[in-house]
Amino acid sequence: MSAPLATPRLRVPRTARRGEAFEIRCLMTHPMETGLRPDAPPRDMLNRLLVRVEGEVALDAALRNGTAANPYHVFFLRLERSSEIEFIWSDEGGRSVRATARVTIA
Amino acid sequence: MPNSRLSRRAILALVALPWPALASGLQDAIRDAVGEGEFTESGITLTLPATAENGGQVPLTVQVESPQTGALHVTAIHIFATRNPTPGVASFRLTPLVARAEVQTRIRLAEHQQVIAIAVMSDGTRRRTVAEARVSTGGCLS
Repeated sequence: MSAPLATPRLRVPRTARRGEAFEIRCLMTHPMETGLRPDAPPRDMLNRLLVRVEGEVALDAALRNGTAANPYHVFFLRLERSSEIEFIWSDEGGRSVRATARVTIA
Repeated sequence: MPNSRLSRRAILALVALPWPALASGLQDAIRDAVGEGEFTESGITLTLPATAENGGQVPLTVQVESPQTGALHVTAIHIFATRNPTPGVASFRLTPLVARAEVQTRIRLAEHQQVIAIAVMSDGTRRRTVAEARVSTGGCLS
């Protein structure tokens, strides 16, 4: 609980075509400990993944007990212009970690 | 005719059954997420492995038929596990920036069970589907 959140791993293309779908994969190392297991450590859960494009929300995920450890997500975005994509994972204790990727429209 | 009366009764019994027969905790979780109302059973696909070796990391894909335009797009995708200790898996809020109404993730399944995916569209309609996975090693309590 006291260790800092891990560094997220992103797979985002550097370039994309205007208005065409491209794939984003992201993996966040985290135990997602529900506290329900026998002899389990205390609850320690990420409860949100927020993805913004130039500050505008694209995807907002509420993560619950059924999300696996090391949450992994794949989704598809499209852009009209070159943009910065921002990823923020937050935990139930209010801590968060942020990562960004820049996609250039060719 | 006794036959037709029997079949009418059978049909009434089928109509009265909830879809599927859901536990109350699960019904509450679904109501909390999407409220009351009708669902259509088409235009949404949930893909799970038939058998998952590790119930702690079960790959899941939800795809919704949607043009993802400002006029018509998916606003939310909710995933529920019917036989986990708690039913909630994840809820995704989508905007038209999401080019395909599709999310892939990995989930926990405690045992052999059905998983429910619900999509809410920007016009207020709701879609629902169910898929089943066997689990070799439970992923919730071990």
